[in-house]
Amino acid sequence: MKDIIHGLNKAFESRIRLGIMSILMVNENAEFNMLKEVLNITDGNLASHTSALEKLQFIEVKKQFIGKKPNTTYNATALGKKAFRDHLDFLEKIIRTKS
Amino acid sequence: MNTKNDPIETLSEIRTMMERSSRFISLSGLSGVSAGIFAVAGALCVWIFGEYNSVGHYSPLQYEHYISGNIYPWFSIVVAMLVLTCAIISGIYFTTRSARKKGLPMWDNTSKRLVVNLFIPLAAGGIFALILISKGYFELVAPITLLFYGIALLNGSKFTLEEIKYLAYTEIVLGLIAAYFTGLGLLFWTLGFGICHIVYGIKMYYKYER
Repeated sequence: MKDIIHGLNKAFESRIRLGIMSILMVNENAEFNMLKEVLNITDGNLASHTSALEKLQFIEVKKQFIGKKPNTTYNATALGKKAFRDHLDFLEKIIRTKS
Repeated sequence: MNTKNDPIETLSEIRTMMERSSRFISLSGLSGVSAGIFAVAGALCVWIFGEYNSVGHYSPLQYEHYISGNIYPWFSIVVAMLVLTCAIISGIYFTTRSARKKGLPMWDNTSKRLVVNLFIPLAAGGIFALILISKGYFELVAPITLLFYGIALLNGSKFTLEEIKYLAYTEIVLGLIAAYFTGLGLLFWTLGFGICHIVYGIKMYYKYER
């Protein structure tokens, strides 16, 4: 049991980071506002979690201007997708050993 | 391990996030029911109009026999447009209501994607049907609209409640049968756009909104 828990990625301990990755697994990219709406959190909260995932190189950030409005979109990197999938595999293993 | 890290809970949360961000789940079953009722009402209008204007007596379902002059097809087109408008308006109304109840946005990425994916095949089918009408192939309008509607739904099913694909298959099959039995267009049209919508809508309503 102990090394199974060890396999759980620390980066995905937070519910919000897990949410961000889940969304980016099924959507090619997602706007900042879309993430905010789906996760139902504040700007600051979301920003701190996206920058944490960005630092790990799990997600990429694209900033551009649409007219005069800044527009930030995120997408998951190959590394991030792999880490997320591994995380899911570990979760699955935990459930299997428990039952 | 505390409950916060319970893997089953985590997995279900992941699932919710994936669904909520990629599928429009507020589509109300009641919008299907209302669209079906409008379709049945429209078909009845066309049928009654045909009865009044028919020369001689034919089976009430073989509508091409009713065509007296050019009034009949144009009357049908006007009714069809009215039905479409009423169905869309009531659909938006019930879906907005259902989105509000769920506390989800009505106009977001998922609904935009659904609309785009529905409307491309639907518009192609609509234009095709208008071309057929302009060339006088009235008997093919019912099968073509059913077929394209089914294809549009199938295309949209990836972006909303998955069960809609069963409605899509039904419409496609009905469209093909109607293409073979060309005289019975109005009957198949009523079945596909009326009865199927009502049945599907009630099922969805009981499954997701009760």
